[in-house]
This record gives sequence, structure tokens and C-alpha cells, in this order.
Amino acid sequence: MAADIQSGTHQTMTVQDYPSPLREFWQAYRGNRGATIALAYFVVLVVAALLAPLLAPHAPSEQYRDALLAPPVWMEGGSWRFILGTDDAGRDILSRLIYGAQLSLFIGLLSVLMSILPGIVLGLLAAFYPQRLGVAIMRVMDVMMALPSLLLAVAVVAVLGPGLANTILAIAIVCLPASVRLTRAAAMTELNKDYVIASRLAGAGQARLMFNTVLPNCMAPLIVQATLGFSAAILDAAALGFLGLGVQPPSPEWGAMLASSRDYIERAWWVVTMPGLAILITVLALNLMGDGLRDALDPKLKKMG
Amino acid sequence: MFGFVLRRLAVVIPTFLGITLLAFALIHMIPGDPVLLLVGERNLDPEFYKAAMHRLGLDQPLYLQYWHYLSGLLQGDLGTSIRTHEPVVKEFFTLFPATVELSLAAMLFATPLGLVAGVVAATRRGTVVDHGVMGAALTGYSMPIFWWGLMLIMLFSVHLGWTPVSGRIALEYDIEAKTGFMLIDTLLSDEEGAFLSALHHLVLPAIVLGTIPLAVIARMTRSAMLEVLREDYIRTARAKGLSRLRIIVVHALRNALMPVVTVIGLQVGTLLAGAVLTETIFSWPGVGKWLIDAIGQRDYPSVQGGILLIGTMIILVNLLVDVLYGVINPRIRHAR
Repeated sequence: MAADIQSGTHQTMTVQDYPSPLREFWQAYRGNRGATIALAYFVVLVVAALLAPLLAPHAPSEQYRDALLAPPVWMEGGSWRFILGTDDAGRDILSRLIYGAQLSLFIGLLSVLMSILPGIVLGLLAAFYPQRLGVAIMRVMDVMMALPSLLLAVAVVAVLGPGLANTILAIAIVCLPASVRLTRAAAMTELNKDYVIASRLAGAGQARLMFNTVLPNCMAPLIVQATLGFSAAILDAAALGFLGLGVQPPSPEWGAMLASSRDYIERAWWVVTMPGLAILITVLALNLMGDGLRDALDPKLKKMG
Repeated sequence: MFGFVLRRLAVVIPTFLGITLLAFALIHMIPGDPVLLLVGERNLDPEFYKAAMHRLGLDQPLYLQYWHYLSGLLQGDLGTSIRTHEPVVKEFFTLFPATVELSLAAMLFATPLGLVAGVVAATRRGTVVDHGVMGAALTGYSMPIFWWGLMLIMLFSVHLGWTPVSGRIALEYDIEAKTGFMLIDTLLSDEEGAFLSALHHLVLPAIVLGTIPLAVIARMTRSAMLEVLREDYIRTARAKGLSRLRIIVVHALRNALMPVVTVIGLQVGTLLAGAVLTETIFSWPGVGKWLIDAIGQRDYPSVQGGILLIGTMIILVNLLVDVLYGVINPRIRHAR
């Protein structure tokens, strides 16, 4: 099909010959090698998290007293029993990382959903009622934006107390302003377009205009924002865990795993290195995917390179 | 110009009030009884409890409490730390120079390096160098800096023994805090080697804190440069036969700097949030570590005051950047 277009056989083309939007999107996305590799990694990570009980060689909190701080397999004294070595309590690091992926992805997914969904509603309201309600909403968002995300999350957790649920809530609150602003900005540009005016004239109600007419056309930036928000959520959750304000040990949360690792920096580098690598690679992959999605969904931006 | 500054101020004041409201709400949303928390007694007798409620003003309606809180704020009263019984403001501003020193050092590391990296990537667009720089920048941007700090400590402090692991200066020095900036204080003191020791302690935390700003500046510089390099006046400059270096530095970079300066200004938030993590790793005695310690010890007045003061600092610096931006660029000043 693509070859048809390139070889210039436009005349013979019927409507069905155009690639479907999904296919077109995929071809554009696939052109970005980094984003494609990142997507592959992410799929593997999701599968690993879902199948953790099958894939993890050990239980995440099983303590092997005979193998405290065992080195990874490729080092002297390492064995295939503990591929990435064990921590100070004799727990298998690989298994903890796999179970930790469950936590990180769960936190990321839930906090993105909890920030994007209210963000869309508030953003649309702000765009449709710019007079009073819009101003009020945006002022509140400005205040929330004034504090850096991690500090706001720290403040929220300081009040609510540490733990998984509060981490998710704190990160959702922190991510809210970005989705509100983005939805509002996207909706504002759509609002003056002919098709919106047409459906308004045709008698569509406000709710229908908001969610059926305008929202679908604002999805591209929102999808990108969701991806980037996902990576920010994982990073902030890990930072909270590291500070002892997030998910609490002995949960195998990646950031919490690092919190106690500082003491082993001289004796067991793998205890310090592995959880951080997992965070870095996952966040990097999500950022690459976000870039790839933006380029594929919004060809206008691609030209800017 | 005056009107421009006033307009900016008009936006800032509601934001500041919002942050005071947030800080005020913070202490009222804490589960549990604030009196028990603040006075710290378990079996209070009811008389004393009532007196404490009255003394803390907690028996008044909320709006009155907020009003008192606000008027206290404007007189510089942010309450007293539960841990040290010192005024929160005093504690904050004793430690704040340490954070500022670290942040400035981080920007001193990030800005020139980021500019060079961005320019190099833009001028070699599409080459291996460009991809390498951008890949490194995206990695830096995705970096969990608390882990990055541990990695650098492992390499430079533990294996190579080049830098110290924590603190601002070696214990053998006793430096009088005149300015609070260790580099300046050590220069003012006549202790041999103190300045070098302070510098040694500063390098690693500054690199860690500067990593994300470095990545952001490099990315921004590259895209701003790419934009400018397409302009006609660059072609004109090239046609005039100017040297490549002169075209890039004088003609292109100068015009690309505008968005970069904005991005540098916006890093204040990143720096202060990053300071929380960096100071924790390096036991750097600044406001970030202080805030986390306060949370750990349930010192709520300090948490409340710390959030408020850090938020205020960020607002003020952003205001300053906005105004400076207007000074440099008349188009912004006169836009409505």
C-alpha cells in the first residue's frame, strides 16, 4: 500500500487504499528506532510484572540465610541460583525487581488514571467556561504548579503518612495540573473550529460538545502526556520510597530497595546498582515512547526535530 | 516597564496566598489532635488541654485562625520548631545558604556544559555526535538522581578515593559561619586548606544536582539553535564569508539564548526539589535535608514553614526571571 503511494499510482487508488489511522500511526512510530526498542522493553516489563509468580526464581521476601550479599552470577562466587545476587537479608534481587515492577507499574498506571481523568473534566470545564469557573480552576492549578512535583508530593505524604495508597494519591495530585492545562489548551484551540460551531448550531448540548465533539480531537497530546506522566510517576514514587516516605520496606519497591542500600556501597555494588538501573531504564523507555508517540501522533512537531 | 512589573506582581500575589492556604491546610489536615501533637503530652488534664487550645488559638473559627496565621507570616512569624524550640524562620535561613551554594554550583556545572553540548549537537545535526549527545541528555533527564548520587559516590569516593562521601567540609576545620556560604567563609578564615576541602565536598553533590538541569539545557539549546540556524541572516552571515565559529557563537547562539535563559530560570524548582534528594544522600546540611528530617520527626511547624518558604523562594525567582525577560525582550514587556 505504501509502495503504491510512493510509485505514484494515485489515480487508481480508491478510498479503501488509504492506510487505516492505526496502521499509519504504527508506521510513523516504527520509524523511530529508540521508541520501538523502548516499546519492546516496556512490553517485556509488563509481561514480567503480570507473570511475576511464574517468572521470578524466588519469592520476593524469602530470606536465604546461607547467601547474604551473594554476588551476581558473572562475578567470582556468584551462582545461577541468584542471577543478580542477593541483598543484606539474603533476598534474591532479580525476584525483588520483578515483583517491584508490579508495584511501579501499578503506581504509575493508577496515578496517571487518577490525574488524567479529573484533569480532562476540569480542563474541558475551564475551556468551556472561561469566565469565572475557568479562571478559578486555573488559579488553583497555578498554585499547585508553583511547587515542584516532588516537594508537593512530599508535602502531601507528610500529611497523609507514607504507604502505597498515599503515594499513588500524592502523585495523582501532583500530576493533575499538567493534564488540566494541557486539556484546556487543546480544547481552546478546537473550540473555534468550524466543526464545533457546526455541531453547536445543530443543537448539541454542552456535555455532548465537550466529551463527544471536542475531546476526541484533543487525544493526541493527552496520550503523550499520559506516557510522560507515567514516567514522572515512577520516578517520583521511587524518590518517595528512597526518602522513606513512599512504599515501605520490606515491599520490593525499587526506590525503597535503594534506601537501605547505601550501607553496602563499599561491599556489594550490585545491591545499590540493580534497583536504580531498573528505575532508569524504565523511565528512559517511557520517555522515549513519549517522544515517539508525539512524533507519530503530531506530524507538525516532527519537523521541528 | 513599571506597569509590566505590576502586572506580574498581580499574578504572583494570588499564587502566594494559595501557597499560604496550602501550608495552613497542611497542619489542619494531619490526622490526630494538633494539641497532643504540638504539646506532646499523652494524658493531658482537661484544664490544661483547654488552655493549650486557647493559647494556640485552635478554639477559634478557621477563618480567624487563617487570618492570625497570615498576619503572623507577614511579621515573619512561622512558628517554633518542635525539635529545637527555635523559630522556624531562623532555622530555615541558617541552613538556606548551604542549599543556595549547592544549587549555584550545580548551575555553574550545568549551564556552560549544557550550552556547549546543545550547540555541538545542533551544528552536527543527524550525526553520531548529535545522537550521542541527545541520548545522553535523555538519559540524564530520566535519571533517578538519588541513585546517580550513590553511583558517583561508589566510583569517585569509594573506589578512587578522590572525593569525600558526605558533609560540607572536613571535620578538622572549624569555620565560623559569616555568610553561610562555605566557599566564602573558608576564604575569609585563615585556616590552611579549608577552602580546598570545602570545594572537594561540593563537587560531587553539585554534579548530581546539576544533572537534570544539564540535560534540560542541552536539549533546549539544541532545539533553539536548530531553529535559528535556519534563519536568513545566518545564510547572509555565511555568504559574507564569516568564520564558522563566529557565525555559531555571535550570530546564532546569541539569538538562541532567549528560550534557554527562560529554561535556566525555570530550573529553580528542579534544583530545590533535587536538593531534597541530593542533600539526603550527601548529608548536606541544607533546607532539603532539614525538611525531610522534620517530616521524619513529625515536626509539623517546620514542615509547614519549610514548604511555605521554599514555595515562596520559587515564586520570587520565577518573578525575577519574568521581569528580567521583559527587560531583555521589549516584545514581551509590551504584550498584554
